[in-house]
Amino acid sequence: MALSADESARLANLLGQYGDQIVKRWTDNVSSSLAGRLSTAELSRQIQELHTSLRAALDQRAVGLFDEVAVELRAVLSELSRARARQGFTATETAISVFALKDALLEHIDVSGAGPEVMRDYVAFTGLIDEMGLLTFETYANAREELVADQAEQLLELSTPVVKIWEGVVAVPLVGTLDSARAQVVMERLLQTLVDTGSPYAIIDITGVPAVDTQVAQHVLKTVVAARLMGADCIISGIRPQIAQTIVSLGIEFGDIVTKASLADALRHALRLQGIETARRTGRREA
Amino acid sequence: MTAGLDVGTPQAQSITRDEDVVRVRQLVRTVAVAIKLSLVDQTKLVTAASELARNTLVYGGGGDVLVSVVDNGRRRGVRIVFADQGPGIADLDLALTDGYTTGGGLGLGLSGARRLVDEFDIVTAAGEGTRITVTKWSR
Repeated sequence: MALSADESARLANLLGQYGDQIVKRWTDNVSSSLAGRLSTAELSRQIQELHTSLRAALDQRAVGLFDEVAVELRAVLSELSRARARQGFTATETAISVFALKDALLEHIDVSGAGPEVMRDYVAFTGLIDEMGLLTFETYANAREELVADQAEQLLELSTPVVKIWEGVVAVPLVGTLDSARAQVVMERLLQTLVDTGSPYAIIDITGVPAVDTQVAQHVLKTVVAARLMGADCIISGIRPQIAQTIVSLGIEFGDIVTKASLADALRHALRLQGIETARRTGRREA
Repeated sequence: MTAGLDVGTPQAQSITRDEDVVRVRQLVRTVAVAIKLSLVDQTKLVTAASELARNTLVYGGGGDVLVSVVDNGRRRGVRIVFADQGPGIADLDLALTDGYTTGGGLGLGLSGARRLVDEFDIVTAAGEGTRITVTKWSR
C-alpha cells in the first residue's frame, strides 16, 4: 500500500486542481528527455491519458497501483511502455515518462516550511509513482524479450532455405550452427519440399557449417534416413579437407551415404544418376 | 604429461545453456587462431571443445570452461579445462568406448574428442563431478 485513503484523496485533489499545469510541466519534462524523437502531439496524448487514468484511480480511493480500481491505470502504463519498447527507446527513457511526474507535482506542493504531514504526503505520492515506474520497467523488459524471441524465430526461418536447383534435385545450404531446433526446421522443410516437387534427389550442403561435431552429424544422418524413407536419395556436399580429417578422427561413419567436396560435384552426381550427362558443345563456339 | 607454463590470462566461460556451447566454440577458435594453429588443428580442437562442452552441459548439468595458452619452450598450445560438479563417470573405460552412450547420441563425443587432441586427461569418480583437461600443440 503506497497511500492511505486520505492521502489518495489529497493527491486526487491536487491532480484535479492543478490538472492542466501538471500535465503541461510533466509533458515538457518528458519531452526534453526524449529529445524530439516522439511527436509532441503523441506525447501530450499519452501524458494526458496517464493523468486521466491516475486521477480516475485516485478518485475511487486507490491506495496502491495493484488496487482493483487501478486496473485502467495499469493498462495505460503497460501500453505506454510496450509502445516505447517497440519504438526503440531505452528503459531509462521509458521510466522517465513516469518519474517526470514527481517534479511536476513538487511545483504544487509547498515543501519549504511545511509541516510533517505535507512531507508525509509527498513521500506517499512518490511511493505510488515509484510503483508506476517499476511497472513500466517490467513491462518494457517483457516487451523486449518478446521482440528478441520473435527475431530468433524469424532468423530460424530465414537461415534454412530449401531450393530446387534442377529438375528432380533440391538443395539445402546449411549456414552457421546446426542445433536441434534448426535441424528440426531443416528436416521438416526438406521433406515437405521433396513431396511438393516430387524430387528423387536432395543435396545437403554443409560448406557454411564451421564445425561438424557428433551432434551435427547425427542431425544430418537422421535427415538423410528420413528422406530415404520417403524414397529420396541424399548427397552430402561441402566437406572441406579439415572437416574430412576431423570426421575421421571423431570416428563418425557416413555409411553408404554419398558425400562430395563441393555442391557442383554433388549436382553432377545427381544428374548422372538421372541419366543426364553434361557436355561442352563441340564445333562452333557461341560468342 | 601436462608440462608447459601458462601464457597470458586464461579465459573463462560458464556453461549453463545450449548457447554457451557455441560461445565456448567461438572462444576456442579465437585463441587457436591467435596462436596460429593450422586450419586442420583449429577445426579439430574446436570440434573436440564442442563435444566436451556439450557433455559438460548434458551429462554434468553445466559447469565451467577455462581456455589458456601454454608454452613448453619449443611450441605453443591451447589448453582447455572442462569442469562440472555433476554425477561423474562411474565406468570410465566403458564411457571411452566408441559407440557407447547413455544419452541417445552417437557415443563418439568423449572417445572422439580424445583422438582430436594431443593431450587428454580426465579426473572423475561417481558422485564427484568430472574434470577434463585437453591440450593441442602447434606444429
